[in-house]
Amino acid sequence: MPKDHGIGASVKRREDVRFLMGLGKYTDDMAIAGQAHAVFVRSQVAHGRINKIDASDAAAMPGVLCVLTGEDFKDVGGNPTGWLINSRDGTPMREPKRPALAHGKVRHVGDAYAVVIAETYAQAKEAAEAIVADIEELPAIVDMAAAVADTSNRVHDEIPDNLCYDWGWIEDNRAAVDEAIRNAPHVTTLELVNNRLVPNAMEPRASIGEYFPGTGDYKLTTTSQNPHLTRLLIAAFVMGIPENKLTVVAPDVGGGFGSKIYHYGEEAVVLTAARKLGRPVRWTAERSESFLSDAHGRDHVTKIELACEKDGTFIAFRTETMANVGAYLSNFATVTPTFLHGTLMAGPYKVPNVYVNVKTVFTNTAPVDAYRGAGRPEATYSLERVIDKMCRELGLDPFEVRRKNFITTDMFPYTTPVGLAYDTGDYHATLDKAMEMADVAGFEARRAASAAKGKLRGMGLSTWIEACGIAPSHLVGILGSRVGLYDAATVRVNATGNISVMTGAHSHGQGHETVFAQIVADKLGVPESSVEIVHGDTSKIPFGMGSYGSRSLAVCGSAVTKAIDKIVAKGKKIAAHMLEAAEEDIAFENGSFTVAGTDKAKSFGEIAFSAYVPHNYPLETLEPGLEETAFYDPANFTYPAGAYICEVEVDAETGKVDVAAFHCADDFGNIMNPMVVEGQVHGGVGQGIGQALCENTVYDENGQLLSGSYMDYAMPRADDVPFYNVDYSCQTPCTHNPLGAKGCGEAGAIGSPPAVVNAVIDALQRGGHTHVTHIDMPVSPARVWAAIQG
Amino acid sequence: MYAFDFEKPKTVAEAAAALAREDAMPLGGGQTLIPSLKQHLAAPSALVSLTGIAEMRGVCTGDDGALCVGGATPHAAVAADAAGKYPALAALAGNIGDPAVRNRGTIGGSLANNDPAADYPAAVLGSGATIVTNNRAIAADDFFEGLFTTALEPGEIIVEVRFPVPERAAYAKFQQPASRFALTGVFVAKTADGVRVAVTGASEDGVFRWAEAEEALSENFSADAIAGLSVSAEGMVGDLHGTPAYRANLVKVMTQRAVRSA
Ligand SMILES: Cc1cc2nc3c(=O)[nH]c(=O)nc-3n(C[C@H](O)[C@H](O)[C@H](O)COP(=O)(O)OP(=O)(O)OC[C@H]3O[C@@H](n4cnc5c(N)ncnc54)[C@H](O)[C@@H]3O)c2cc1C
Repeated sequence: MPKDHGIGASVKRREDVRFLMGLGKYTDDMAIAGQAHAVFVRSQVAHGRINKIDASDAAAMPGVLCVLTGEDFKDVGGNPTGWLINSRDGTPMREPKRPALAHGKVRHVGDAYAVVIAETYAQAKEAAEAIVADIEELPAIVDMAAAVADTSNRVHDEIPDNLCYDWGWIEDNRAAVDEAIRNAPHVTTLELVNNRLVPNAMEPRASIGEYFPGTGDYKLTTTSQNPHLTRLLIAAFVMGIPENKLTVVAPDVGGGFGSKIYHYGEEAVVLTAARKLGRPVRWTAERSESFLSDAHGRDHVTKIELACEKDGTFIAFRTETMANVGAYLSNFATVTPTFLHGTLMAGPYKVPNVYVNVKTVFTNTAPVDAYRGAGRPEATYSLERVIDKMCRELGLDPFEVRRKNFITTDMFPYTTPVGLAYDTGDYHATLDKAMEMADVAGFEARRAASAAKGKLRGMGLSTWIEACGIAPSHLVGILGSRVGLYDAATVRVNATGNISVMTGAHSHGQGHETVFAQIVADKLGVPESSVEIVHGDTSKIPFGMGSYGSRSLAVCGSAVTKAIDKIVAKGKKIAAHMLEAAEEDIAFENGSFTVAGTDKAKSFGEIAFSAYVPHNYPLETLEPGLEETAFYDPANFTYPAGAYICEVEVDAETGKVDVAAFHCADDFGNIMNPMVVEGQVHGGVGQGIGQALCENTVYDENGQLLSGSYMDYAMPRADDVPFYNVDYSCQTPCTHNPLGAKGCGEAGAIGSPPAVVNAVIDALQRGGHTHVTHIDMPVSPARVWAAIQG
Repeated sequence: MYAFDFEKPKTVAEAAAALAREDAMPLGGGQTLIPSLKQHLAAPSALVSLTGIAEMRGVCTGDDGALCVGGATPHAAVAADAAGKYPALAALAGNIGDPAVRNRGTIGGSLANNDPAADYPAAVLGSGATIVTNNRAIAADDFFEGLFTTALEPGEIIVEVRFPVPERAAYAKFQQPASRFALTGVFVAKTADGVRVAVTGASEDGVFRWAEAEEALSENFSADAIAGLSVSAEGMVGDLHGTPAYRANLVKVMTQRAVRSA
């Protein structure tokens, strides 16, 4: 019988009750007495010099309290980027200032250069239209290749070639890889685009700034995935206020997918305006502002070469990528196309040599940063597509080619040519499982059935790996990170025995409140209902680094586990005193401290009570109270991996692709809550299918966003995705964290796009359209039809 | 939204009087108009809601056997109440937008707006329907005048749409992946007088009749009858979702599919 509680049980998500009943408390739900409303004025041109901003009419309009422009922020700091990348020649990356409001120049459509604060939202919005900006339009820099070639046209005047850096990984591999490719019996080359995506969290960004003149304290309520990082950036870099004078609260947050990791200028603006006006100032993005100003994802243009023997044995991979970073460096914009991408370019394969070159380019488009998967989907897509193409060129079976090249279980720990040390895995197992789930042998019959309906059927495979649970601080420090990537948790056992757990990780849909409670309850032998998870408020939680990179469970969950170990250790000391036994003789099991070999016992509740009412307590040697904090810094990344098989049906007359089946065999290590894992995989695969088939972010040559609303930006909908077939029974537990957990949040978005595209190409090839060897994502009906036409 | 006055009359005459005011606009289901007000793209002095006018709501059969749809009838009501008499029209209405849109959006609003990718214009033109306003009756062939333009005068109200019911008819829609309006939609209707083929979504001039196909299908109402025809890409819409050539292809493919399912 499946477990109904504790680690491994599909406990229903407790937070869903409030979400589904409309009882959640999101930033925009908070009404604060005296609040004023902010509306931002955003550039309508992609690139322009700000000559003058005349706000006099706007300032005189009804209800208007103040107008701020870039001038008001020119003496405060810029929003920094969290990772220093060096170019191949050793020079540091170019790092232009990113002001809270644009100053001097506007650099993308949607770049905010002024804000109006008024009594009501409608008043602020009308006044915003009355601001007269004299902006001299400059030619827009949109195309990356043109951006680096034309040194006269610059996004940032001080950066002549619009290049942030030219990064090589690993530079020492370069000559050997070039040589291997020159001499290889076969080389497959593929040029592809990893399409830019708009994150589209259901809840748009929103922020409320408050200032308390009596104490000089600030409070920011905001849609953030990591409130402490936001506090650090605002306090130490942007506004220059003491960290302990700023509280950041991220209450219920309706999805982030990466876009809410970052600190955005609007947050500093509402805080500054709140201080200036002595009133709370609030802002909620309209959906069109989200399209224009949330950090976008992906946007790589890549050439990948795969060198191999005629039997498909890999010899070397070489990648040249141009990564679009947009107009400014968002907080993790520099690491996403480099260390989160290049280090994954060996995949789960024992390829002898790999080299990756990434040029990251400024353009007059919205900033681009980490989005679900962050670099790893780009790596996986390039690899799995080029492998598929190679198999076709050499007439090899794609399943067998993977099998032949997989790292085998006897090879762990395994260091790849791009610097990662995989601790454990079993790639053959997940591939076997996926093939069984997909009934690969029965494909021909299904293909014939589709053909009878006039549809072309194809099957696509992707065997993916990722590095998550980010990350070991010492290692990321060597690689240029400006922060540590530990996490923290405090376990507070209250006097009455119930438990509050304060986590650095933040839940914005993942289900932490349920899963962390399962872990705590399981380890302490108490009911889950007695455990509360507190997150998202810097005045309550220890300094943690938040949630992204599939790290919450592997890193913060490990911190929770460590804190619990400390609680148990202290509990044993108390129990030893109360039971008049030696500490070594105390055992803890099922919520009870016992003296081994006797029937003497104290319940967890009795120990907690005694810690807070220490009448019979070893006060000389032990402090009262039962509360422990642990910081956990991971020893390595974790390496989830898996095999995805997709089947599609293509309507050749219209080019429409239907995903007929999708099978996922994943290895996430140990599973805390299978239902939550399935939900994460479903969501991730849905986003991956969205990228593969529908979603596209298109700027025209003037830098206008053509896909700036749901009229033109195609989100995947329920009828675009199939019933997913998900399995996670192949488990090689992580070897270096106490839960043996690897992380599952991004897997679906990483593994699925190449499976879908490989399936489409397969369908067309089998359907006789053998000239079609690649179609860029999104593989939309129009693109498929055009490819068929040749 | 800019401030405006709001009126909700009970009769067409009251509505017409309210609309005589300068810059007053009729409000149907608000599915198009309200978003454009929110974006500050329109600044009417008053909105005159038509949804409280009983005579403009509902589906009935006229003396001549035509299916009559009140101008303020929501799509969902057409989907439900026209299903017996004119299934092709009901199916079209039942596939517009999502349930919320179908329960608010009205036929009059859709036709007055004449979005080049909207579905109803194909049915109205394909059926050879008549648009009845508070002043006159306008034949479908005279009503649609290109993108977002119609024969309506300012303040003129679509009170009713009269659809002659064909012997056979069907609508085949290929959805634009994002908006799910028609990337190309074709309405085919066969009557005793011949076949009409109306195409929405494809042309830069909005909904149009495909004369060659009408001719061929009037001879022989089968998908094969138009297999030899080709549609020129000239004048077709090219955008993020498809080139003119792609849309020209869809015109033919969707016409064949409509014929097959009629
Ligand atoms: C999410 C979404 C999806 C949609 N999907 C589709 C789709 O797939 N296919 C499709 O065809 N449409 C679609 N629509 C549009 C929808 O069908 C609307 O009903 C239509 O655009 C307008 O109808 P309405 O009653 O809401 O008109 P309103 O928005 O109220 O008005 C539109 C215009 O018509 C005028 N008007 C309204 N009623 C009358 C009248 N009786 N006489 C004269 N003028 C009038 C108004 O003054 C205004 O100018 C969609 C809309 C949305 C919001």
